[in-house]
Amino acid sequence: MNKRIGKQTVKLTQPISIISSANIVGKKEGEGPLSQYFDTIMSDATWGESSWEKAESKMQNEALSHAIQKASLTPDDIDYVLAGDLLNQCISSSFALRDLSIPFFGIYGACSTMAETISLGSMLLDGDFAKNICAVTSSHFCTAERQYRQPLEYGGQRTPTAQWTVTGSGSVVLSKNGNGPYVTHITTGKIIDMGIKDANNMGAAMAPAAADTLKAHFSDTGFEPNDYDLILTGDLGTLGKEILIDLMMHEKIDLRDNYDDCGCLIFDADTQDTHAGGSGCGCGAVTLTGYVLSLMKEQKLNNVLFMATGALLSPTSTMQGESIPSVAHAISISNNLHFGG
Amino acid sequence: MDYINAFWVGGLICAIAQIIIDKTKIMPARILVLYVILGAVLGGLGIYKYIENIGGAGATVPIIGFGNTLAKGVIKAVDEKGFIGIFTGGVTATSAGICAAVFFGMIISLFFKPKSK
Amino acid sequence: MSYSKKEYSDYVERKSQKSPIVRDTISAFIVGGLLCCIGQFFLNLYTKNLGLDEEISKSAVSVTMIFLGSFFTGLDLYKKIAKYAGAGTIVPITGFANSIVSPAMEFRREGMILGLAAKMFVIAGPVLVYGISTSVFIGIIYYIIKLF
Repeated sequence: MNKRIGKQTVKLTQPISIISSANIVGKKEGEGPLSQYFDTIMSDATWGESSWEKAESKMQNEALSHAIQKASLTPDDIDYVLAGDLLNQCISSSFALRDLSIPFFGIYGACSTMAETISLGSMLLDGDFAKNICAVTSSHFCTAERQYRQPLEYGGQRTPTAQWTVTGSGSVVLSKNGNGPYVTHITTGKIIDMGIKDANNMGAAMAPAAADTLKAHFSDTGFEPNDYDLILTGDLGTLGKEILIDLMMHEKIDLRDNYDDCGCLIFDADTQDTHAGGSGCGCGAVTLTGYVLSLMKEQKLNNVLFMATGALLSPTSTMQGESIPSVAHAISISNNLHFGG
Repeated sequence: MDYINAFWVGGLICAIAQIIIDKTKIMPARILVLYVILGAVLGGLGIYKYIENIGGAGATVPIIGFGNTLAKGVIKAVDEKGFIGIFTGGVTATSAGICAAVFFGMIISLFFKPKSK
Repeated sequence: MSYSKKEYSDYVERKSQKSPIVRDTISAFIVGGLLCCIGQFFLNLYTKNLGLDEEISKSAVSVTMIFLGSFFTGLDLYKKIAKYAGAGTIVPITGFANSIVSPAMEFRREGMILGLAAKMFVIAGPVLVYGISTSVFIGIIYYIIKLF
């Protein structure tokens, strides 16, 4: 049976369920509008560790262990873990998994990582290569800031389009034995670069990638925006969100009714001084595992298109004056196994 | 009176830098380089001393004054020591600032940790 | 995509919220001015009250201001003022101190030698490189002019 529909999309043939999820966030995220949806809120950014990098690893470990525990499984039941983060060589993920002895695939998709790990995990399950798979990602404001930007105590000003890296980690357990919500369709994005060079304007850099994937998704599947209760991008922020709506309008696709962005939901820009909103792998991961999956469980949302966007830049490429290539991966999550027929 | 002059001269130097940063999205580190070179050139041409006469600390506290001190130092050293003054003058004149920055930088970072945001 | 890179970046440029330049400039002016007044206070103190030589006093003011900049960075206060003051805290010599202390503090975890010490000049280094080099050029030009 051909699972491929269209150039960029696959339709899964087996019921791949998200059987459990867990997340953990930093203090600032815990003070934001979504605080009620988070499992654990850390009291401070180091969380008893001697460095922020260690704290980030501990967050991933915690999110993963908690999700496995919530699914009433043990690490032994997990066939693969797919994990990624923003730090060089993905150290948060590999260090977090040192003691868990689960076969490990390290994934790098910048902020798109959560959608990428769930995509690949679901395909592995649909291909009968595993029974249970974990997907986990994280980001941490302090570790990202020192890698990509300035020391924390340096007195620079953030521009209005700058985004705030979310401190958080989210994890899901995917399984063939479950009652949903189901991952039904996966649209994998291409790398799109529209020449934006300002690393403080990632929303604008990533929006064209989101538009491209979204267009491909609708044309491959035949869905329309109204087939979804919510279309949710990962971390385009306020500016990127407006740009995506504009770009899709241009393609005669109206997103205004049911579209939102995790970066806009997670912080209150007026009181939390986060400028254009949240960003980072953790932003999409905690919003999905907290907010979205909770509402799906309560059946307030039934069909969701989760599309995480990633800006694939590095400090070196920024210094060399390169523009920012971006990617967006979309997954359809539905309470209805036969979503889309 | 000297406070008022220090205030507006120093304030103006900072305000110009802010306009450049906001208008051109230039990184602050580049503004500092631009200012220190500008200060050295104005100092070398003997212009900066007029600004300093008006502004007092308003002209010496901004980093542009650091450039001026470098230039003044090198000219004085060439006058006194000849050729070798080209290499000794600038750093000699600014040695107090450089040394203080290195030393306090080390000491402070031994006693304080950056706060998580 | 049905639009060119140029069209897109022009569109983004129009769409992006601009920095509040008037507010930024006023706060840079006020904070920068006040920092210079603090400098003036010490200058007056050293020259008039302690009767120090003018050149020595200027060096002493630099040392004092650098200490204050470093200390306030350590206390996590410099960054808080800088958020509003922008260039008003970057351009004065206290900002030079902040740019040295902040990476030194941040990278201390990577060790005393290769962390704290090696990273200390990661932001401020260029100021010294180009400032000192400019002074050498000026010295060479002045030396040549003096020969004739």
